[in-house]
Amino acid sequence: MSRRNGTAVAIWLLALAACLVIVWRSDYTADMSAFLPKSPTATQQLLVEQLKEGSLSRLLMIGIEGSDAADRARLSQDLAARLQASADFASVRNGSAAALARDREILFDHRYLLSPAINKERFSVDGLRQAIGDSIDMLASPVGLMIKGLLARDPTGEMMELLGTVNGGASPATDHGVWVSQDGRRAILMAQTTASGADTDAQERALTALRQAFAAARATTGNGGDEARLLVSGTPVFSVDTRATIRTEVQRLATISATGIVLLLLVVYHSATALVLGLLPVLSGALAGIAAVSLGFGGVHGLTIGFGTTLIGEAVDYSIYYFVQSQAAPPADRRWLEAFWPTVRLGVLTSLCGFASLLFSGFPGLAQLGLYSIAGLLAAAAVTRFVLPHLRPAQFRIRDTSALGHRLARWLNAVTRLRGAVWLLAGIAMLVMFMHRDRLWNTGLADLSPMPAAAMALDQSLRGDLGAPDQRYLVVIRASDREAALQAAERIAAALRPLVDQGVLAGFETPTRFLPSEASQHARQAALPTRADLAARLTPALAELPLRPEKLQPFLDDIATAVRMPLLTQATLAGSTLGLAVDAMLWQRPAGWLALLPLQAPASGASAGSIDPPTISQALSQAGAADALFVDMVAESNRLYTDYLHEAILLSLAGLLAIIVLLGATLRSATRLWRVLAPLLAAVLLVIAALALAGERLTLLHLVGLLLIVAVGSNYALFFDRAEHGHGNEPQTLASLLIANATTVIGFGILAFSKLPILHAIGITVGPGAVLALLFSAILSGGQHADEIS
Amino acid sequence: MKSILTLLLLTLALPAAAWDLDALMQDLARHKGGRARFVEKKTIALLDKPVSSSGELIYAPPNRLEKRTVLPRPESLVLDGDKLSIDRGKHKLTVRLSEQPEALAFVDSLRGTLTGDKAALERSYKLRLSGSQEKWTLDLLPNDQRIAAFVVRITFGGSRNQVEWIQYLQADGDRSLMTIEPLEAQ
Repeated sequence: MSRRNGTAVAIWLLALAACLVIVWRSDYTADMSAFLPKSPTATQQLLVEQLKEGSLSRLLMIGIEGSDAADRARLSQDLAARLQASADFASVRNGSAAALARDREILFDHRYLLSPAINKERFSVDGLRQAIGDSIDMLASPVGLMIKGLLARDPTGEMMELLGTVNGGASPATDHGVWVSQDGRRAILMAQTTASGADTDAQERALTALRQAFAAARATTGNGGDEARLLVSGTPVFSVDTRATIRTEVQRLATISATGIVLLLLVVYHSATALVLGLLPVLSGALAGIAAVSLGFGGVHGLTIGFGTTLIGEAVDYSIYYFVQSQAAPPADRRWLEAFWPTVRLGVLTSLCGFASLLFSGFPGLAQLGLYSIAGLLAAAAVTRFVLPHLRPAQFRIRDTSALGHRLARWLNAVTRLRGAVWLLAGIAMLVMFMHRDRLWNTGLADLSPMPAAAMALDQSLRGDLGAPDQRYLVVIRASDREAALQAAERIAAALRPLVDQGVLAGFETPTRFLPSEASQHARQAALPTRADLAARLTPALAELPLRPEKLQPFLDDIATAVRMPLLTQATLAGSTLGLAVDAMLWQRPAGWLALLPLQAPASGASAGSIDPPTISQALSQAGAADALFVDMVAESNRLYTDYLHEAILLSLAGLLAIIVLLGATLRSATRLWRVLAPLLAAVLLVIAALALAGERLTLLHLVGLLLIVAVGSNYALFFDRAEHGHGNEPQTLASLLIANATTVIGFGILAFSKLPILHAIGITVGPGAVLALLFSAILSGGQHADEIS
Repeated sequence: MKSILTLLLLTLALPAAAWDLDALMQDLARHKGGRARFVEKKTIALLDKPVSSSGELIYAPPNRLEKRTVLPRPESLVLDGDKLSIDRGKHKLTVRLSEQPEALAFVDSLRGTLTGDKAALERSYKLRLSGSQEKWTLDLLPNDQRIAAFVVRITFGGSRNQVEWIQYLQADGDRSLMTIEPLEAQ
């Protein structure tokens, strides 16, 4: 006996030590990865990449409020200069004239490589006459004022060709030389972090650097600048804040529920030894769970640990059953193992069936949760069954709970008369569900987002001020190298242009606007005439125009330079607004290059606000780029969520089926099966109806919660079933059920108060559901709760 | 009798005597908008002879002004608030005025005069009025260095609330004159 004692305890200690090592060495994340699919399709992969690494994932939108306009402008300039100097930021834009001038300089210097109008025709006598004639006509127009100074160098108007494309998009208003919001009360800037959006630590450093830079700018700008406030939004803020929220929430919730459960157990047991022993299965379970997830997934998500608080609530039940039910005298130890353990074991197996269905979810957060719970429950149950009896001191006593049990038994005999009410409530619940059937489910991923509404509103507002692209519709090109990507982009742009003329598209962006492929640049360079040829052609071309060739010497000089000029590269554009635009649309991936062409849906007309996918696909195949993808990011993320939801529904049903099969096989009686399941189903129905009435739309996390009601509640139902089949429910058993239920409600109920929608959804479902499951199991149990004393 | 005559004379003389920059601005502000034909002639040093253009102006106070050029080449220019849109057939261009100080100088002078917004005009220009209510000339002299780098003087000429011509004298000596002839009663 003592050797067997030693073996069980030794195995337990060894396993605990192994788990500790694994847990110690685990990677912990708290980013958005829990929300992203495990095995994505090509389009989903893109969505994920965009979310994690795309240019938008590195974009910070910054606002300065308070003080006065001049002060905000000074702060904007000062802040921009500081960020530019910081290694944390790749680029900063605040609309200053200097940046605009730099963009224009690049465009003007490279106009003969950039202008799509350049070809041999343009420099023939006729072509020159036409182009220069147009420019002179333009001088008559108000636009002429902008080009007059350039005419001698650019008589064919290439700059106009380029400017027409630069100013096409919306850009912020300007006041005191910097960008401001439409109402002028906020100076605005855009900054791109150096680090990838997936590197949350680096994003956090960048945000700290930004806040410090602002504080420093405010300190130097002086006068009244003290009132100015910094507003920041963008994906980096979201990921950093999400991580911080998850961390603090998980700590807060775990502390509160652990404290609650410890206090409850102290009151119940009245024994510190019992408390410590009772918590051993829980701690072992939590360690085993984290270790299992770490081994199975290569990392542990913060949300999984957050969910651990609920595991505390469930795993502690086993030790409660053990202590309370075997409380009479030490020999009762064996009796518990014989009389009660089979019921507890069946309860554990039922719970495992529920959690196992989560394992197969494509939603990584859920799969981790499933594995965590399975490993945790198994470990907790095993420690209760095999280790606790050996650790239990000989003179072990907890407070006598039989008085509580007797009161419960009397009360139970009274409430069984309410069985009609349960059916009535279940009927009403079904009616409510039917009436709310159209708005029962939430169909968007947005409500799972951990960002508070205020943060989303600020994001919207800054995005609107900046005219930042929403990048909903994208044509995506994947190519082996940059040149191939750019050439494909040029072909696709040529195929899309007619769609703009037809009004199918309001417009589109392409990286080739500022960075044409080398092939195009070479072709344009090759189309430029020699100085002598050009001079010879200018005389006849200008014959009927009011411009004499000798005034166009600067034009000859510039053409001569352009012929020999090195090609424009991504490096040439570095640091300019143009470079930022190109970097956002063209980047290198582990395998090859990616180019994006954001499309703009028409603002009005028959197809306002949307783009017809077949039309675009047709244009893509016309361009010989059938492997390019057209992606509607909003539709794609909604589809992703809908897939998750459908999958979760299927998995939950499979889990439910597994539970039914398990119970059916063990109980071997349809009546007993129904007795166990009926109260659980009634509890589920009532919870759904209550949530619907409260206006809460069900997400897939609520669904998981419903499955957990069945998994957890089955423990209670099984004890009542056991009572009816020969054993009678001893007052001790009733007391243990009530205490176990209380810990479950504490564990899950706390989650209902979480700011994280994922945890809230599970808490608000399982907390009330567990109480109802116990109550309904008692009411529907048939009232054979023999009170042995009275 | 003499005093009545004096009074009459005074009454007649009063509007003339009270007519000043403020009165002109009030007159202009009362303009209801409408259509007008214009001819614009630009004298540019680079070119051997002036370039002319003509077409129609459509003004809807206070924020919208459309200039439809017919010759030498159709072009439409719409000024709506801060947005200047130019459509030259193949080329469409939208300019945010706040980003184009050159364009803004012109637009502010034009908009300020058309709407009779003296305060707006005085922010960027020194105003000098001469002539009478029936035939007035208003000089705008930029006091902002950035504007002065482009334009030395802008002169509006007109009668009562009708602007009849606008002359721009640019810093490099180039100049333009636009004459305006209303097509509808105001």
